Amino acid sequence: MTKTMNILIVGVGGQGVLLASEILSEAAMNAGYDVKKSEIHGMSQRGGVVSSHVRIGPVVYSPTIGEGQVDVLMAFEQAEGFRAVNWLKRDGIAILSRTSLIPAIVTGSKQYHYPEDAVADMGKIVKKVIGVEADKIAGELGNPRLVNTILLGVLSNYMPLDLDLWTDTIKSRVKPKLVEVNLKAFQRGRDIRLTAVSA
Amino acid sequence: MRELLSGNEAVARGAYEAGVALAASYPGTPSTEILETLAELFPQVYAQWSPNEKVAFEVAIGASFGGGRALCTMKHVGLNVAADPFMTFAYTGVNGGFVIVSCDDPEMHSSQNEQDNRIYAKFAAVPMLNPSSSQEAKDMLVTGYEMSEMFDTPVMLHMTTRISHAKGIVELNDKVVGPNRKFVKDPAKYVMIPSNARKRHVVVAERMEKLRHFAEETPFNVVESNGSKIGIITGGVSYQYAKEVAPELDYLKLGMGFPLPMKKIEQFVQSHDRVLIIEELEPFWEEMIKAAGFLKVEGKTYFGALGELSPLRVAHGLRDAGIVDRVDEPVYSAGNMFPRPPVLCPGCPHRGAFMALKKLGVAVTGDIGCYTLGVMEPLNALDTCICMGASIGNAIGMEKVKGSDKGTVAVIGDSTFMHSGITGLLDAVYNKSNVTVMILDNRATAMTGGQQHPATGKTLMGEEAHTVKIPELCRALGVGSVRELDAYDFDAALAMIKEEMARPGPSVIITNRPCVLMPVRIMEEPYLVDAELCTACGACFRISCPAISASHETNKHGHPKAIIDETVCTGCTLCAQVCPPEAIILKSQFVKV
Ligand SMILES: Cc1ncc(C[n+]2csc(CCOP(=O)(O)OP(=O)(O)O)c2C)c(N)n1
Repeated sequence: MTKTMNILIVGVGGQGVLLASEILSEAAMNAGYDVKKSEIHGMSQRGGVVSSHVRIGPVVYSPTIGEGQVDVLMAFEQAEGFRAVNWLKRDGIAILSRTSLIPAIVTGSKQYHYPEDAVADMGKIVKKVIGVEADKIAGELGNPRLVNTILLGVLSNYMPLDLDLWTDTIKSRVKPKLVEVNLKAFQRGRDIRLTAVSA
Repeated sequence: MRELLSGNEAVARGAYEAGVALAASYPGTPSTEILETLAELFPQVYAQWSPNEKVAFEVAIGASFGGGRALCTMKHVGLNVAADPFMTFAYTGVNGGFVIVSCDDPEMHSSQNEQDNRIYAKFAAVPMLNPSSSQEAKDMLVTGYEMSEMFDTPVMLHMTTRISHAKGIVELNDKVVGPNRKFVKDPAKYVMIPSNARKRHVVVAERMEKLRHFAEETPFNVVESNGSKIGIITGGVSYQYAKEVAPELDYLKLGMGFPLPMKKIEQFVQSHDRVLIIEELEPFWEEMIKAAGFLKVEGKTYFGALGELSPLRVAHGLRDAGIVDRVDEPVYSAGNMFPRPPVLCPGCPHRGAFMALKKLGVAVTGDIGCYTLGVMEPLNALDTCICMGASIGNAIGMEKVKGSDKGTVAVIGDSTFMHSGITGLLDAVYNKSNVTVMILDNRATAMTGGQQHPATGKTLMGEEAHTVKIPELCRALGVGSVRELDAYDFDAALAMIKEEMARPGPSVIITNRPCVLMPVRIMEEPYLVDAELCTACGACFRISCPAISASHETNKHGHPKAIIDETVCTGCTLCAQVCPPEAIILKSQFVKV
């Protein structure tokens, strides 16, 4: 990798966006890359949009990504993925969990509208879109909190990082008794590829 | 050893490496994690939350006078609160080294204004360092202590949200051994009566001259030459944005942003055809450099003085200046999307207070905390917000001029009341105000992540502490009527607020339900909606609870009925209390027909 790679992770407060970007950044640092990652903390984000910028390369300057420069966009909530489409570069990849979280402000409102199928909307303007049934897979594995790891597994297909780096970082980040199921979840995500899903 | 650290974590690490003896602060985004990291990872450094930034600053000054290295951290507006000790401490100077970390919030991600605190460094005549990465945050903090002791001055470390909260790789060092000093009586230095202060002001001016020389020599102010005819003067995170966009230009990076190295700047300006200054918010450097006679430098014309910079904004500025010819613009747009503003949590006790205030239609002077979200649709129940502690004074003034026919209620959180509400209440008593003050006591500084304060019974370092009894405190100030309210009892809230507003003289209502998130997550039995009984009237939608959403079922007019997400409902009962057909029922009493 000679250029900086830009990954944007978005979701809603409480979904685990920050932990996912933490694992990605650590794996990249352990691979010997320069890494910067930036996000807005603070409880003012409660229930609001959360986004984390991760930049990986030989030398990284800006801690944030320039708008329109994202290589891989990963969303924990499909409408939030669509909202962030302006960050994606022309041939960028979008990984969207088919999760829907409809905010109270939209409920019963005539003014606002929540998209029926944000993955499909995204597919109309962006070529490489992967819709992931992350909640369903996590349910099958018996723990809704695994969505995080499943999405990282999908992302891993597009990152220049060896499998060992991912598994080592995940092992160091989760409780011992949850290691096995997390590695399973990671692999389930890793099995999902662009060609295998709606593109 | 290398670690991935945020700027704030790097400052905490730096405090440990520099042998800091005491750190004091009041929480505030984006500064909070500095002291939290110290308390968690480096208990060798004594760290404390003070009731507000002024007290924190004074505690840290005391530690410095006592000979220890002292750290004081706060968000930008915190320095307004601490400005009084800050300005005069610049006169006395230090004994043990002193660094004040000011974390600014350009773009107001979590703040009520975006003031540029670099101006405070100049105002107080205090040297300032501007890190542009986590590594520099740590290095500059450690050097800051050496500078502080060398020049007998407090030093400001100026951070911004993108430095405080961005993570980067940091090389860790060992702890250094600082000087071992004790307090030595020296009234001419430490007692700022006019006769002494006049002499110390001279010392400040002489010190500034020495610091100007130092600024020329410090490796933090560095020229990066690429043989370009165009030079950029920049610092802090703006340096990173500029390098990202135009690495081929020449740079003068200002790691020490005050006082400026004017000789170095002169040389840089004279050896380049064009010089642009890229800095966030105010034209702080631009004005000083122009005032020094270098009128050809350009800056704010291209980069703007509002909001935070970004790689794209810097690229646009360089294009407008004719320096780069092409900008990679974003290619996609999501168009108009629904908003997703932050909201009060399911079960948040603040909701009950705002439901009642909305119904009464009174003027509500507000304050800063989670409860400021009472302003949002559809609660729309908070009418003012200026700064921490302002609600009570605002209410007193509004009530004195009879600004609201329906009366005035001040709303303030427990941590904010400790911070700067007590003196406002004292004013209400002293000046015979008729205001009603609601203290929304959720026993946490929830907005910034649940920090302890003098009424929670715990310190930052986890020790048991005396718990201030807020009702007793209010009575001691002279408030005649102090009453406790169950924030989950809507009718009681309506009745009590009405009674207290009718009562002459100031009164205080204190809500008694804890935050549902911290220190422990509160989950009682959830409620569910009986779709047969629900008439789709929308009453529960108007209390703005994230647990309640529209169902696919509608009434005959096509209005959606409600459903409750039982995994997030805390069972607070408020929606059930406002449901006209009583369709919201405890889960265990729910019998499906
Ligand atoms: C001078 C100043 N210091 C710090 C802050 C950051 N801040 C905003 S609200 C808040 C505390 C809120 O706590 P509380 O009043 O108990 O209300 P809660 O969030 O718990 O509802 C803090 C520390 C600020 N805005 N201004």
